[in-house]
Amino acid sequence: MAYEGGGDRGKAERFRTAALPYLDDVYTLARYLLRNPTDAEDAAQECYLRAFRHYETFRGGPIKPWLLAILRNVCRAEYARRGALAGLLSNNLEEAEQAADGLWSEAQHSPETETLHRLDGETMQRLITQLPDAFREALVLREINDLSYREIADITGVPVGTVMSRLARGRAQLRSAWLAEERR
Amino acid sequence: MTCDEAEVMLHALLDDELDAGHAREVEAHAAQCARCAAQLVAYRDLRQALRGGNLRYTAPASLRRSIDRVVPSPTATTRRALLQGFGLGGLVSAAAAASLTFVIVREDRDQRILGEAISAHLRSLQADHLTDVLSTDQHMVKPWFNGRIDLAPPVIDLTAQGFTLVGGRLDFIDGKPAAVIVYRRRVHVINLFVAQGLSSALPAPRLETVQGFNIRRWTDQGLSLLAVSDLNRDELEEFGAKFEQTARAARTS
Repeated sequence: MAYEGGGDRGKAERFRTAALPYLDDVYTLARYLLRNPTDAEDAAQECYLRAFRHYETFRGGPIKPWLLAILRNVCRAEYARRGALAGLLSNNLEEAEQAADGLWSEAQHSPETETLHRLDGETMQRLITQLPDAFREALVLREINDLSYREIADITGVPVGTVMSRLARGRAQLRSAWLAEERR
Repeated sequence: MTCDEAEVMLHALLDDELDAGHAREVEAHAAQCARCAAQLVAYRDLRQALRGGNLRYTAPASLRRSIDRVVPSPTATTRRALLQGFGLGGLVSAAAAASLTFVIVREDRDQRILGEAISAHLRSLQADHLTDVLSTDQHMVKPWFNGRIDLAPPVIDLTAQGFTLVGGRLDFIDGKPAAVIVYRRRVHVINLFVAQGLSSALPAPRLETVQGFNIRRWTDQGLSLLAVSDLNRDELEEFGAKFEQTARAARTS
């Protein structure tokens, strides 16, 4: 039963020291990707289980992007399980991006000089949650998890240029939604 | 630089992701294009509003507890450490030491079986060898074991109770073949090992936590059943109870 051996006890300690400080980051991304607390908690737990199991394969460097990449895989599996959302990021992305084009041009008509009024945290979280998957994912990884374009590109498996345009579109949509919310 | 290019690039400028050359180009464009200049101001404003709001979530205590179960903090006292304590202290009488040895030898087989079940559980997830027969139909899974193992494992459909039957597999515990019936709840896999003589007959189901995994053991019709999962204790208990209940109902009907 090598699992309980001295090396593995050392591994558990090293893993806990390195990975536990990012639990809030992992849980936050899970909340935005899965949109409900129970699934997010399950996904974050599964992420840490997988990360610990494959800790030997971690090649050093910052551990946060590595953990978030695992979390994203767990969430994609959850999307697949939910069925209706299966392949949302790959198959329906084009559709989502086309739908976004409409809002994208709407965003250009919104008064650019208007300063946004501060909204409460919960309302902002809701507005972000309503963004299409690919844009929401890029926006959360950048604005909340504080990752670089390169790191986001590696995690989501798209070129840096795509990350940049998804962020641009995500922010445009978020800004129009924000202004619409203020006018309500 | 065109407006179309600038509209996207200004985000990279705000995110501090542009090299000096490109940053100058975007700034130069914004300096002579009122629309792009206004966008730059608008997105800087959005960014500040986002940074000002608390958009992060805090991991709940229950999540921290489940991770502690999966990756235990190695400060807990082990049996080995206890024994070393006895050896060094030298205060235990020979008789007490002997009875202690007896208990430990018996416990060792017990612990080895639990350890092997956990290893088999981990192996099944890691090597992507969860099932030999993949089916959610109990009438497909049960006959698959015919001729492969000298016992007829109870294969029960618990979909209605919230546990999805995934399939079956042949594995080895304590050097003997075991039938494994695989269930899933949400993202959690439950491996149910069925074999003969994995433990002495248990008068009542036993629920324990080993290496962060929950294990429920019970005996039924001379068979030992052992369910391993990272599912929480309550839900694993629910699984075992539902399984026993449905098995009993199937026999009497």
